[in-house]
Amino acid sequence: MKRLMLLGDEAIAQGALDAGLSGIYGYPGTPSTEIIEYIQRNPEARQRNVQRTWSANEKTALEEALGISYTGKRAMVTMKHVGLNVAADPYMNSALTGANGGIIVAVADDPSMHSSQNEQDSRFYGKFALLPVLEPSNQQEAYDMPRLAFQISEMYGIPVMIRLTTRLAHSRAAITRIAVLPENEFHLPTDPNQFMLLPAFARKKYERHLSLQEKLEQEAEQSPYNTYTDGPDRSRGIIACGLAYNYLRENYTDRECPHPILKICHYPLPEKLIGTLLSACKEILILEEGMPLAEETIRGLLGYKLNIRGRLDGTIPRAGELSPALVRKALQLPDLPRAGIPAVVRGRPPALCLGCPHADTYKALKSALKDYGQGHVFSDIGCYTLGFLPPHQAINTCVDMGASISMAVGAADGGLFPAIAVIGDSTFGHSGMTPLLDAVVKKSNVVIVILDNATTAMTGMQDSQVEGRVEQICQGIGVEQEHIRIINPLERYLNENVSTFKEEIAYPGVSVVIARRPCIHVYARKRGRS
Amino acid sequence: MKKDIILAGVGGQGILSIAAIIGFGAVESGFQLKQAEVHGMSQRGGDVQSHLRISDRTIYSDLVPLGSADLILSVEPMEALRYKPYLSESGWLVTNIHPFLNISDYPDMEELMKEIRIVPHHITLDANQISKELQAPRSMNMVMLGAAAPFLDIDYRKLQDGIRFVFGRKGEEIVEMNLRAMAAGKKQAEQEL
Repeated sequence: MKRLMLLGDEAIAQGALDAGLSGIYGYPGTPSTEIIEYIQRNPEARQRNVQRTWSANEKTALEEALGISYTGKRAMVTMKHVGLNVAADPYMNSALTGANGGIIVAVADDPSMHSSQNEQDSRFYGKFALLPVLEPSNQQEAYDMPRLAFQISEMYGIPVMIRLTTRLAHSRAAITRIAVLPENEFHLPTDPNQFMLLPAFARKKYERHLSLQEKLEQEAEQSPYNTYTDGPDRSRGIIACGLAYNYLRENYTDRECPHPILKICHYPLPEKLIGTLLSACKEILILEEGMPLAEETIRGLLGYKLNIRGRLDGTIPRAGELSPALVRKALQLPDLPRAGIPAVVRGRPPALCLGCPHADTYKALKSALKDYGQGHVFSDIGCYTLGFLPPHQAINTCVDMGASISMAVGAADGGLFPAIAVIGDSTFGHSGMTPLLDAVVKKSNVVIVILDNATTAMTGMQDSQVEGRVEQICQGIGVEQEHIRIINPLERYLNENVSTFKEEIAYPGVSVVIARRPCIHVYARKRGRS
Repeated sequence: MKKDIILAGVGGQGILSIAAIIGFGAVESGFQLKQAEVHGMSQRGGDVQSHLRISDRTIYSDLVPLGSADLILSVEPMEALRYKPYLSESGWLVTNIHPFLNISDYPDMEELMKEIRIVPHHITLDANQISKELQAPRSMNMVMLGAAAPFLDIDYRKLQDGIRFVFGRKGEEIVEMNLRAMAAGKKQAEQEL
């Protein structure tokens, strides 16, 4: 079949489509966003009517996937690493309910935090839930792995994670397609109680899940993605996980690597293969993209007796992504000659676009707050987080999706006045509605500013689930009608907008100010269309 | 054949279009290709880069190793220097000299140009000016692609096909404008060589 040039994200999407996918669910998050976007614009997916709309958040997405799996169909859920925290509840429990139709949880981690607030390694969730994890080392494997993932998922009745990292997610290479599998027919679980986790059932299911572990490990031992390659120089053996394998091979393009290599891309860790390497080699170098999962596991508590190099002993930095140069250093090969960055080069951080509505909202908000001093504005995850940087310097916090509102509620409890939350429309739909309910129930003295730009802008203009319904949602949750205010963040309405903020700050209860103006990119796109 | 290329610029300047066209040309020429892109936060006016690796053999790393780039192609002069550690000793630096001023502490232009001229193999041109003269102000990136064309080892006609492939759905006029811009950049670079 035809070769395609695909991003790692797109390769997973195409691989899942070709492996009989019926529904994909997820919430946008760099570097995972392009997985669903690819399926949304794919003609075959449209023709097959593969379910492909965005979900409100990662938790609803994973539960929707469980639901379609309940009907026997194959599902994939996508998210970034921190999204898996949001979906952790269904993910952990899905280990016990298992899957009927195959389920893939595709998670894109972001080591070095290019677009994230931490760099957690999702493989730990796999270990935590005792579920298999596949970790592609290149685009072809990203395409091929969904097929194996569905196969394992349906054979053992459990979800399977595919974990990738930024550099593979956003790097393009050619893949070769293979024959397309048909989608599953509608069929309910043979055991009608499969998805029932009342304690009496859950205990039995946990026993079953534990008893599966040996077989899952056997799968990893025999996996085509875990390979042992011998080498003559046994002074050192190398374990390379996922993408790290490429950086290893990159340093031996002109010759064979002289050391034995164990490539691991399928978890749980293959104990026997690791044992073979350990007994053959004097020293083991462990290369992993992310946190030292294999290294910690192999070293254990008393592993200082083993001669293991990796992130824990400082051979590789503890934080941040790998690179060919870091791996080269760990291999004790000489650096390639290179220059430094000239001192004349300055930092160029990202910034709000020229004409961005958030800039006008921040200007008005700052003006309304100028007599209260610093430290009143809790913000959230999105383009508007850039309002922290000069020249805006308008916000004080950024923690996780929805935390702006909940933190403002808590800070008001602690005596902060005014306590302001700033949250985007899509983030509000993701995790802002529940803390708003808390605020309403306890009559918090807070002002919630919803920056309604009619899109999920930071990740590239995906649909916002709450578009056209923000006021109704706030009303429905119980915010008083007269304290749901709408402003148009434009320079010419500055005075009016400052007054609105001041009035709502003066009101001792829950106020919502909706700053409504489309993202300039959405505006330009809509204008281009009409 | 091996070409490791760093494409550099500021979010929104169109380096991904350059990458797509070179990539198209490389694949059409039967080469292997890997192209790492920057998506997400940095695209909002921050520094962005794309690693483009072309070879007739298997390419492992998605990232160009430090010290091994054959070409840095930058649509902005300060951004060109940010990736200097990637450049190999024999590599070329091809850069636009028109600054993108969205930071308050942008360095002195003379100092910047001095640093660029230190690089043994460099080509500089004002691609914004050239695209303006062509009345194709949005084709600055294609001028720069043209300036890099002599260093790519890819048949120029395949790059022209790449432009048709990438811009085709925007209409013949846009395609023609971009082809003209690329040709002008190529001409300028060949004069400097």
